[in-house]
Amino acid sequence: MTNSQPQDPFVSSIVETPISGALLHGVSSSLDTNGEGSERINTDEGHRLHISGLIVGFVTGLPQLVFPIVAAVFGVRSSSNPVLIPVIIVIVLFASLFLRWLAWTRFRYHIGEHDIRIESGLLNRTARSIPYERIQDVSIEQKPLARMMGLGEVKFETGGGKGEDAKLSYVILADAEHLRELVRARKSGVVDATLDDLAEAVDSPPIFTMDSKRVFIFGLYSFSLVIFAVLGGVAQQFDAFLPFDFWDIREWIGIAEDRGITIDRISDIEMTARIVLGVIALVGLLIVGFASGVIRTTLREHGFRLDRTEKGFRRRRGLLTLTDTVMPAHRVQAAVIQTGPIRKRRGWHSLKFVSLAQDSKDESNFVAAPFATLGEIWPIVAAAALEAPNADVTFRKGSGRWWLPRFFFAALILCGPVISLAVFTEATIAQTANIYWLLVPLAFLLWFERRNYRDALDDTQLYIRHGWWHQRLEIASQVKVQTVEIAQGPISRRQGLASLKFGIAGGTLEMMALPLETARAIRNAVMDRVAAVDYSAINRSH
Amino acid sequence: MTDDTAPELTPLNPAYVTTTRISSALGLLPLLIGAGVLEASQLVPPGSFIVPALILYGLVAFAVPKRKYRRWGYDMGSDRLRIVRGYMFYRDTVVPFGRIQHIDVDQGPIDRRYGLATLTVHTAGNHNSTVALPGLLHADALAMRETIRAAIRQDVL
Repeated sequence: MTNSQPQDPFVSSIVETPISGALLHGVSSSLDTNGEGSERINTDEGHRLHISGLIVGFVTGLPQLVFPIVAAVFGVRSSSNPVLIPVIIVIVLFASLFLRWLAWTRFRYHIGEHDIRIESGLLNRTARSIPYERIQDVSIEQKPLARMMGLGEVKFETGGGKGEDAKLSYVILADAEHLRELVRARKSGVVDATLDDLAEAVDSPPIFTMDSKRVFIFGLYSFSLVIFAVLGGVAQQFDAFLPFDFWDIREWIGIAEDRGITIDRISDIEMTARIVLGVIALVGLLIVGFASGVIRTTLREHGFRLDRTEKGFRRRRGLLTLTDTVMPAHRVQAAVIQTGPIRKRRGWHSLKFVSLAQDSKDESNFVAAPFATLGEIWPIVAAAALEAPNADVTFRKGSGRWWLPRFFFAALILCGPVISLAVFTEATIAQTANIYWLLVPLAFLLWFERRNYRDALDDTQLYIRHGWWHQRLEIASQVKVQTVEIAQGPISRRQGLASLKFGIAGGTLEMMALPLETARAIRNAVMDRVAAVDYSAINRSH
Repeated sequence: MTDDTAPELTPLNPAYVTTTRISSALGLLPLLIGAGVLEASQLVPPGSFIVPALILYGLVAFAVPKRKYRRWGYDMGSDRLRIVRGYMFYRDTVVPFGRIQHIDVDQGPIDRRYGLATLTVHTAGNHNSTVALPGLLHADALAMRETIRAAIRQDVL
């Protein structure tokens, strides 16, 4: 079996060193050499990242160099020699490249028998060990430049701390994929797997894909005016460089007047023309909103493809930046199906899996299907060993009294501004009491919340449905519950109501507005099922 | 409202009242000093800072710990640990042994003086990922840790 390996960059270089040879020949031989092996690992050269990754890192890091360069240029501005400026720029660029090169030479990673080790740092050396057992998911990301050079960034997540716990930026894409397969195999205990075993049936039909039409529709639903906030932010950052004061409305009027538009002339325009102008502005706003939604969505979701591999879910997506993430199916703790009042009319839902791993900075869960019909979603849920609530499951409504105190509490809090405004300003109580109109939307909000809240329990799973604008159905397997807490505040205590909080790895599920007795009954039922099974037994890959 | 399962709960060690009194008395000392300083500056009628501060201090440092103590309780089951606490904000938490990742027994300087310790269990959950049970005799805490550890090992085997 070793004969077939030399073409693999990882395995072949491992084979050269004694410890890795042992590791490839199975557990039994590696056990004998355990003591020596750990010593040899230190002498093991390990692997370097790919050298062209330096350039990718350098180019993507260029924006960070703008400020040092500007600072340096300002520093020599006063000197009479203008040649200094380009020289300074070149020096800064070279210094950055040199530092990156130093870091690169000091970076090594080892693919061990039980863990991946990463050694890094120029002066402060860090050696990090990531046991295979603890790796939640492995993702490969290709940003545009890296993609052009055939490189990928490998990220390992263990669920501890924030974001990825280790990343290798960058390695050759083929190596990245091999590395991931290797991790996957080691994790499931296959120590002496050959590459042929690892080569997966990549062309098996995906369980969910989105074509460009679907992505486009999804984009339309992702209407967003955030671009204006971004532009405003950018303008604020760089207003020193703008030829006028961005925030001064008079400057804008001045600019308009230079072009022959005056306030008087605007006032002269007749009503219909104003309406037309207003409509044009509105349409413009809508177009910008829809376009930015479509563009953002397309950049992220283009070519979305979800595969159910032997061990887990593999998701590939992205237009310019490609990401390729694998999450083991047994790591799924709960499923969240989300929709909204508008998209629901067309039957569009999204599906996320809750696990310890975080998808990215803004998505804390693994997005399995961002925009799909329920008919497409349930099979994916089933692939994660969770089930849709069947017809026998009766959903319980929350007790209405639960939401009422919230309303009165808000009314009480509003007393503050009402009274203080009446005392400290000229306004009368009758005027300041208008603040209480705020309670009207709040009442609607609470009413919607109450109306949409449902929870249920069957023999194996928990179900919680809530929300109006973001309608969520959370499905969790009871044996994956970590802790259960009955909580009562001062008011709910008098009402005899309680909430029931289930701690799961990667999230919290909360049942609300339960009579205390019901809460206790559910708690006991769930705990009996939970305590019967050890958690590490559940999370072991089968 | 009475807790129908209350009798089965084990109360904490009574010395917990003393340790909480000492630690909150020490913790609130800056408040008292601040009030004393403001009082000494004689900006306002005498007693308007120091009197409420003393009352608050007395309440928090002496009356509250006793009440808090009465609301705490725990129950070591054969396969789970139950911890009940709080009156205004009542919390009743159950942690199955099979979900516990690791266990800490902590002892601060005040605790050590009275032979007490805090048992903290860690789970992988996001909510209540650490559940602490203070006011145990140090020996009891160690015994509980051993029990939980034995239960975990048994489960795995």
